[in-house]
Amino acid sequence: MVENRFWLNLISHGVLALGVLLVAFPIWIAFVASTYPAQALVTGTVPLWPGDQLLENFGRVLGTGSDSSVGVSVALMLFNSLVMALGIALGKIAISVLAAYAIVFFRFPLRMFCFWLIFMTLMLPVEVRIIPTFQVVADLGMLNSYTGLTLPLIASATATFLLRQFFMTVPPELAEAARVDGAGPIRFLIDILLPLSRTNLAALFVIMFIYGWNQYLWPLLITTSEDYYTVVMGIQRMLAVGDGEVAWNEVMPTTLLAMLPPVGVVLMMQRLFVKGLIETEK
Amino acid sequence: MPRLVRGAGHFVMSNISSERVPAFDSRWLPWLLVLPQLLITLVFFIWPAAQAVWQSFLMEDAFGLSTEFVGLENYQLLFTDPGYYKTLWTTVVFSAGVTALSMGLSLTLAVMADQVVRGAQVYKTLLIWPYAVAPAIAGVLWLFMFHPTVGVLAYLLDQLGYEWNHFLNGDQAMLLVIIASAWKQISYNFLFFLAGLQAIPRSLHEAAAIDGAGPLRRFITITFPLLSPTTFFLLVINVVYAFFETFGVIHAVTQGGPGDATRTLVYNVYDDGFVGLDLGGSAAQSVVLMLLVGALTVVQFRYVERRVQY
Repeated sequence: MVENRFWLNLISHGVLALGVLLVAFPIWIAFVASTYPAQALVTGTVPLWPGDQLLENFGRVLGTGSDSSVGVSVALMLFNSLVMALGIALGKIAISVLAAYAIVFFRFPLRMFCFWLIFMTLMLPVEVRIIPTFQVVADLGMLNSYTGLTLPLIASATATFLLRQFFMTVPPELAEAARVDGAGPIRFLIDILLPLSRTNLAALFVIMFIYGWNQYLWPLLITTSEDYYTVVMGIQRMLAVGDGEVAWNEVMPTTLLAMLPPVGVVLMMQRLFVKGLIETEK
Repeated sequence: MPRLVRGAGHFVMSNISSERVPAFDSRWLPWLLVLPQLLITLVFFIWPAAQAVWQSFLMEDAFGLSTEFVGLENYQLLFTDPGYYKTLWTTVVFSAGVTALSMGLSLTLAVMADQVVRGAQVYKTLLIWPYAVAPAIAGVLWLFMFHPTVGVLAYLLDQLGYEWNHFLNGDQAMLLVIIASAWKQISYNFLFFLAGLQAIPRSLHEAAAIDGAGPLRRFITITFPLLSPTTFFLLVINVVYAFFETFGVIHAVTQGGPGDATRTLVYNVYDDGFVGLDLGGSAAQSVVLMLLVGALTVVQFRYVERRVQY
């Protein structure tokens, strides 16, 4: 650049630092609140620096000694969330790989019909058709079960499309060569196509894991038994204490625990995640 | 997950005609392969959607003992109910607030990150993680900070002589859910704005700088117009987000209150159906929302794909 960039640079860094602080501030407050006993958080003066009850609070919510309004430990809720997130992520990827493979590498009657049927699911987020979906799941006897938590959410047009998009870029000659060498369609899928799609599958996994972990409305509806509470919706139950005092020193550690796994996945797989996100949209 | 719609749309548009030679021949195998996805789609998407349409033509009596076919009466009731229009207006205000706040902040941050010579990657890492935070959790974090009796920010406002109590004040409740929802969306918008900015050739900026255009002038005449496809795309995505994915924020923080100050369309479907047990009315609202989602999807395909301005 032709001009002196010193001031421009300084302002940019200043604004960015402010932005980072703004984004991180709620987490700091949540962390600080996790380090105080319950009384300290209801008396009015708000601490900005951590206290000494960190381990006690985390230990209490993770163990069973919690005096909050929910009768199960946060450890169980975290486990339920993990089952749900993994079930949704792996399930979506599995059925999408198969469907995309069929649509790209085969010709069969009603192929485009199948394609559009799957495509339509993009337009119907679960929030929009809450009650009928709930009734279907109730009729199938899936309330309060891991199947009920995962199965209805694993039909994903998104993953199917991303994979279809990628499969189309695989040169047809590759399949041709495999066939000439005597490999059948299943063999080609497992030995050639899946290894080629490794990065796409990983990126997809990150996005779908977060999607599954962060589900709120769906577990709220179909779990009446506390044994199947997921952590994201369990927090709402901890807040809903009517006229009683909210146990903030337990809610805040739970909040931190609830965001740790998805945030960890994003940060650890940042490069893949950003690539996946921007490419699914492109 | 409407936020991922665009990739699909683009793909449908561009590739549907380019048929390729099938690699394998089998009568039954492809059916077997699409079967799992097809079954789940039919059972959990198409069937409930059809149910919603059918239920919207039915009405239950006050005791839930009998159901009768009432034609369009549920829709008639819905569209003559001033409460529904109020909900619609609330949703519009909420969405506008979330979109403007989140996109404004993200654009500012992305422009700055694009400027800095060193450290852009670090800022990126420090700014993207809220993407992974569930909307309901974002709501709880901000609820705690603005809580009238224990919240840091409520306390601060109180010291400044401003009384904050979003449990009583509807406008403050609205502001709170807007802030919490926008906070979560900053990282998503930031990533796309930054990718858009980095795709603009440096040489354009340099040429303009040599011709004497300052940073602000360059932003207005070069960056912003070239960024318009990204901006428009994010506009649609953010509106969809605010309409449909912020249920968690509202349910966890305000429960639609105080009064009906933060009752949005999606919250209304839930509340009328599950709490009020008005199945027909709730189904009619579901159908209206489905049409709305369909319309938004069409807008995305039509306009976003046509590259707003070049």
